[in-house]
Amino acid sequence: MGVLNNNKESVLKVKNLTVSFSRYDRGWNKTNLQVIHSLDVEVFSGEILAVVGSSGSGKSLLAHSVLGILPDNATITGSMEFMGKPLTEKDQKKLRGEQIVLIPQSVEFLDPLMKVGKQVKGIKGTVEKMREAFRRYGLSENVEKMYPFQLSGGMARRVLVSTAVMEKSKLIIADEPTPGLDMEMAMETLRHFRQLADQGCGVMLITHDIDLALSVADRIAVFYAGTTVEECPAEDFIKGKKALRHPYSRAFIDALPQNSFKPIKGTQPYAGDLPKGCLFADRCPLRTEECGGKIQMSSVRGGKVRCVHAT
Amino acid sequence: MNRVKYICSTTARMLTLLIAVSILSFILISASPVDPLKAYVGAESTLSEEAKEEVAEYWGLNDPPAERFLTWADHTLHGDLGQSITYNMPVSTVIADRFKYSVALILAAWVLSGIIGFTAGIFAAVKKGSIFDKCVKTFCLILQSAPVFWFGLLMLTVFSIILGWFPIGQAVPVDKLAADVTIWDRIYHMILPAVTLSILGTGKITLYTRQKLIEIMHSDYILFARARGESVKQLVIRHGLRNIAMPAITLQFASFSELFGGIALAETVFSYPGIGSAVTAAALNADAPLLIGIAMFSALFVFVGNFIANVLYGVVDPRLKEGGYRA
Repeated sequence: MGVLNNNKESVLKVKNLTVSFSRYDRGWNKTNLQVIHSLDVEVFSGEILAVVGSSGSGKSLLAHSVLGILPDNATITGSMEFMGKPLTEKDQKKLRGEQIVLIPQSVEFLDPLMKVGKQVKGIKGTVEKMREAFRRYGLSENVEKMYPFQLSGGMARRVLVSTAVMEKSKLIIADEPTPGLDMEMAMETLRHFRQLADQGCGVMLITHDIDLALSVADRIAVFYAGTTVEECPAEDFIKGKKALRHPYSRAFIDALPQNSFKPIKGTQPYAGDLPKGCLFADRCPLRTEECGGKIQMSSVRGGKVRCVHAT
Repeated sequence: MNRVKYICSTTARMLTLLIAVSILSFILISASPVDPLKAYVGAESTLSEEAKEEVAEYWGLNDPPAERFLTWADHTLHGDLGQSITYNMPVSTVIADRFKYSVALILAAWVLSGIIGFTAGIFAAVKKGSIFDKCVKTFCLILQSAPVFWFGLLMLTVFSIILGWFPIGQAVPVDKLAADVTIWDRIYHMILPAVTLSILGTGKITLYTRQKLIEIMHSDYILFARARGESVKQLVIRHGLRNIAMPAITLQFASFSELFGGIALAETVFSYPGIGSAVTAAALNADAPLLIGIAMFSALFVFVGNFIANVLYGVVDPRLKEGGYRA
């Protein structure tokens, strides 16, 4: 059971995941649009894995794939393991909301016409557990009777987090939990995640805000055009460009506000029009002939990277 | 305080609406090519000119329009809405008499279209893309485009003439004494016209419910509820119905106007003695007081329908309750 990594158990292991959508393209032609390709990612108990990447890189789809809540026209291939066992569609149905929970982005993800208490309780929780969660996050009892539109920003945040502690969950997926929050509130939210991880949960924190992610995460997975290009300890990002392995991760560092906002040229390729070989090649300063072939994930200096030039 | 203000402004709007409707319908009927005198005495009447003149004088048909309108307004303020030429009775009596029949018909059609439409819409949305959904959609589009009178004639032909299951018209059996008529007789006679009338609303409410529920099922809160382990059934019952009820109810109350439009046709086809056939008779006889009376009555009816929808909105949706009553 479980792969050992610093005595931590593997909670979620995604290998070679591919997600594609079928859609109608110009009239009656049905085409498949592959939006996630050969993606590998692993979350361990007691740690926060931050999944970072620009919008459109497939971060949320990863979350939805793990929960099994992709739309009907999506097909997935590859393997997913939860607590060392293959995660089937049947398991997903049983586990979601119990052992695998999602913390959504905003109050928009709550039913506007249902009282908050009833919603936090959900179909699997009990009133006692809901009250306990409310106390834990400092929500007074009258919040139970409120509707989502009546919640203040901070209350909404804590209500959303309390949905995750109804059951003894092992994996928490937080999908962009911080945008639109001021620094203080964002930090408070992240502290909640840290606390949950310290209690033994595996947390997958999906965000595009690498700065915030660095303040709590143990490891970082960098997403680009639907795949992971690098997976490494969070310290490597703090140490700076030299410690990183993939040219895209380095470019990420350059684009941070404290590092002169320097953007790289070009844009992320569109899912329907991907280059062969390395997806980053057309924007990469290190590009060579070899980049046109199939690029595998390889272990370099204690991290993983999808680049033939990484040393 | 807010509520008092709301009720006052609503009443004021209702009164101005009624005044506007009465003036407009009076102008329209004055401009109508139908001569009330000819309609009253018959086209091939053998009455002498003098006698005709007397009839016209009796009904005030020779007075200038403004004076006729004022006479009518005077009657209205005294509560009888003027005298109907067609039925030789006060308009208020005619309306009260006929509305008894129509209200049962309208309510039956309203409830029928609401229940069928809402249920069919929900199932079609849940099974979106299935054969059931496609059938419902096609059927609704056909119903939507079929005129009521045509549909009524079709029902008559199939169910009354070919199959002989239902009576061919009227609200009660023609061969029974009024005292012997049972409630079953009345219901039996009401079925075909009610179904015909309900057709008007069913297609619309079905398609609307279906569309709205599909939208809801794609919303973020449904996604989150799914992520928390709710099954499709739980999603529909816990969140779908809750969120769709309000717009559906609003639409259903707003459909009062169409129902009122529909009864004129449905009742005429089935010779059903309600408000609808009275309006046809009034128009054909240029019976100004009756026509205005019915126009005002239907305006009131529709106004009340919309008013109920507005109030319900506030009751069902907590987001509106907080902001106080608003129309």
